[in-house]
Amino acid sequence: MQNKSIAELAADLRLRRYSSLELTRHYLERIERLDARLNSYITVDAEGALAAAERADEALRRDAAGPLTGIPIAHKDIFCTAGLRTTCASRMLENFTAPYDATVVERLAAAGAVVLGKTNMDEFAMGSSNETSHFGPVRNPWDAARVPGGSSGGSAAAVAARLCAAATGTDTGGSIRQPAAFCGITGIKPTYGRCSRWGMIAFASSLDQAGVMARSAADAACLLDEMAGFDRRDSTSAEVPVPDYVDSLDDDLHGLRIGLPKEYFGEGLDPGVARSVEAAIREYEQLGATIKDISLPNSPLSVPVYYVVAPAECSSNLARFDGVRYGHRCEHPASLEDLYTRSRAEGFGAEVRRRIMIGTYVLSAGYYDAYYLKAQKIRQLIAQDFRRAFEEVDVILGPTSPTTAFALGAKLDDPVAMYLNDIYTIATNLAGLPGMSIPIEPVAGLPVGLQLIGNYFQEARLLNVAHRFQHATHWHQAAPAGFE
Amino acid sequence: MQWETVIGLEIHTQLATRSKIFSATSTAFGAEPNTQASAIDLGLPGVLPVLNEEAVRLAVRFGAAIGAEIAPRSVFARKNYFYPDLPKGYQISQYELPVVGRGQVEILLEDGSVKTIGVTRAHLEEDAGKSLHEDFQGYTGIDLNRAGTPLLEIVSEPDLRSPQEAVAYAKKIHQIVRYIGISDGNMQEGSFRMDANVSVRPVGQKTFGTRAEIKNVNSFRFLEKAIEFEVERQIELIERGGQVVQETRLYDPTKDETRSMRTKEEANDYRYFPDPDLLPLEIDAAFIEAATADLPELPDAKRARFRADYGLSDYDANLLTASRELADYFEAVARICGEPKLAANWVSGELMAALNKSERDISDSPVSAAQLAGLLERIQDKTLSGKLAKQVFEAMFQGEGEVDAIIKARGLKQITDTGAIETMIDAIIAANPAQVEQYRAGKDKVFGFFVGQVMKASAGKANPAQVNELLKRKLQG
Repeated sequence: MQNKSIAELAADLRLRRYSSLELTRHYLERIERLDARLNSYITVDAEGALAAAERADEALRRDAAGPLTGIPIAHKDIFCTAGLRTTCASRMLENFTAPYDATVVERLAAAGAVVLGKTNMDEFAMGSSNETSHFGPVRNPWDAARVPGGSSGGSAAAVAARLCAAATGTDTGGSIRQPAAFCGITGIKPTYGRCSRWGMIAFASSLDQAGVMARSAADAACLLDEMAGFDRRDSTSAEVPVPDYVDSLDDDLHGLRIGLPKEYFGEGLDPGVARSVEAAIREYEQLGATIKDISLPNSPLSVPVYYVVAPAECSSNLARFDGVRYGHRCEHPASLEDLYTRSRAEGFGAEVRRRIMIGTYVLSAGYYDAYYLKAQKIRQLIAQDFRRAFEEVDVILGPTSPTTAFALGAKLDDPVAMYLNDIYTIATNLAGLPGMSIPIEPVAGLPVGLQLIGNYFQEARLLNVAHRFQHATHWHQAAPAGFE
Repeated sequence: MQWETVIGLEIHTQLATRSKIFSATSTAFGAEPNTQASAIDLGLPGVLPVLNEEAVRLAVRFGAAIGAEIAPRSVFARKNYFYPDLPKGYQISQYELPVVGRGQVEILLEDGSVKTIGVTRAHLEEDAGKSLHEDFQGYTGIDLNRAGTPLLEIVSEPDLRSPQEAVAYAKKIHQIVRYIGISDGNMQEGSFRMDANVSVRPVGQKTFGTRAEIKNVNSFRFLEKAIEFEVERQIELIERGGQVVQETRLYDPTKDETRSMRTKEEANDYRYFPDPDLLPLEIDAAFIEAATADLPELPDAKRARFRADYGLSDYDANLLTASRELADYFEAVARICGEPKLAANWVSGELMAALNKSERDISDSPVSAAQLAGLLERIQDKTLSGKLAKQVFEAMFQGEGEVDAIIKARGLKQITDTGAIETMIDAIIAANPAQVEQYRAGKDKVFGFFVGQVMKASAGKANPAQVNELLKRKLQG
């Protein structure tokens, strides 16, 4: 069951080959048996999942099933779930339960999805290896000594290990695409504003976007169909009509113009990863696409720009965690100052504290113009590069990450090396564009991700381009040993 | 040395919206602590602000009322600082691009001249909650009902030169916001709070002196006293060889002094930056048109019209246009009775005195405009003397009924029958021969004695003019 696509599962449920309760129990049993190796879940909600599965079966009996009725999924623990704790993988929110559902959670529930639990992540989504979680690191299902990527590492590992049919993720600088690449799954970060941010705990508000982590583009399309759309509770969500992402999956790729940015194939790219990407490019040529070399001249600046903008926003977004109303509070505060400093020092991990300090610094009087304002200007230039590129090509293609999954602990003491891991993914967030990662030919037994970047609100096109590749290849079907 | 005072005011006025500026929570005053605080107002994780259009509409009305430019595009920014009654750790405000640009108001000075005061800007922001330091031994109570209440912060140019000018300006802004219905201006409930930036400089000096900011003054009287104290303090300090430090001060009304809260060095660096949760606020001509189409006549225009149309004095015109309600009341009385000056005297005299005494507002006056006009009609048709009319007015104010019913019940109808008055005069002259002698010997003052006797005999009802005339004739004999 765990290897079936969402369309197949939905069809089986409708034909009563098995019930949602059986399917849900099957996943819960797998989590119980296998997740000790991965630590991909922070909270497993067996009781809630079984109750939802029963309701799904009831709906199926009444022929009142939605598109995802009875399909077991998982949510990244950054999405608020009413009545089920939401930790953001932080000690700060270890015991926090929101009284509301995130819009994404609400919409997937309305479509009938069953929630198995909440997946592990880097604390407050700050990290590229899932090692900053208060609940311990997640291990890569392909090699337990390696990281799954981050920040949506728990969702990526759980999907790869078949511990859920699909999962939600969020992507601020690559947090869906990079772990998808490391774990050999398909991840899509939609256009900024495509999915509502309501109820999604903010890291960097102008960059954060919810998306899907799944085993195929077709599965991702099934979830995104339900998640996308305007939400009046989020002023930055887009009032742009949502097409049916499943409908256009099979569209022909003849005449598709693919751009290869030279900046994505330079120094720092692992030769094995480069060879895999080149093989994928040839596959696209076979499928009828034309390839064009392009340039995104400002993209080398994207990492420094990102590490000004994102920490600036995070320093303000995380100010609400002050120990006053909810969240971690230090014992016996001696004064207000003591309450703030100790609650926050105890509640936040080292990486979160580092980013809060960077952000506070770049927004300070006397530094604002030199850092924040300048970064915002370069951000415009980066977006402009893409606008120019999309006048000539339909999709931009390149590696998702310069390397395959690295060893646990390898970059933990070197933040800059860690930050450079997102060198190919960050520019997309700065520009607000949609991006995907799909598995291509592995290197030394480790998954490699191919990144596809589309123009604004071209998610349907991206999913179509990804699906046609997956139709012609089998990389996305590979399962890590021990999790088949 | 001669010193010049320089004052600029920042006024926070609460906008009269039903719900908060970024959430749907009610803004009603006086609810149990924390019962009007939603997930958004509490700053729970993952919540997002959505701008209340009504708050924008009210800000636009203010801009139009002071002849200011409405920014086609303005930006909300975060003002970051930690305080327990600030749930998100930042206040959403406007910083570099406010919704209302430069405008101006005119104030009337004591010498009768008019001075134009520049308004630098007005911007939208959310209020913080309240910290309650009493009632909680060793703790501070936090009430977040007020958190997220919409405020319009109105910033003046440093154009004010005396505490009196500052008060006149503050009152003018207060009058405008109430006229155009964007705020109830209730100072007890904190709907209108003032910060004063005060500095002094030697007369003739071009550059400003170092200023101190007096925070959170909530009455015009305290504003005047606080600035007076502060000006004196600064002058004394400089004359003793000291220097004014830039700082925030608080006015303590019980001690009538300002005290330092924090100096510039201790001040927060607010790390303003555009709020990424909110799109820039874009306002088009159609929105401005709709928001301002029903703007009422403003105080200055009304005052000028009252002078021109009703022949009122500057003083009366000013007084009667203090609020829209009062002006409307006066106009209704004047229209019904047809005597604007009489109406003005009664509204600004008896009515205002009675309202002040009973601590009531014009809007809940026990005597309606129609009732007052009815009373004035009885003066005009000579049914009542001025003195009797005051008695009737008092009875009406106590809720004893309509004019004619009170006149009847109390038998207050004026005696205008010449024969009846003559009979009374004859009897009094007969009874007081000595006084008659004195009068006839040239002691005019005795005349008052006779008037008093006649009024007494008539229980105050004899028409005074007739009494005077008849008495004179008879006494001259």
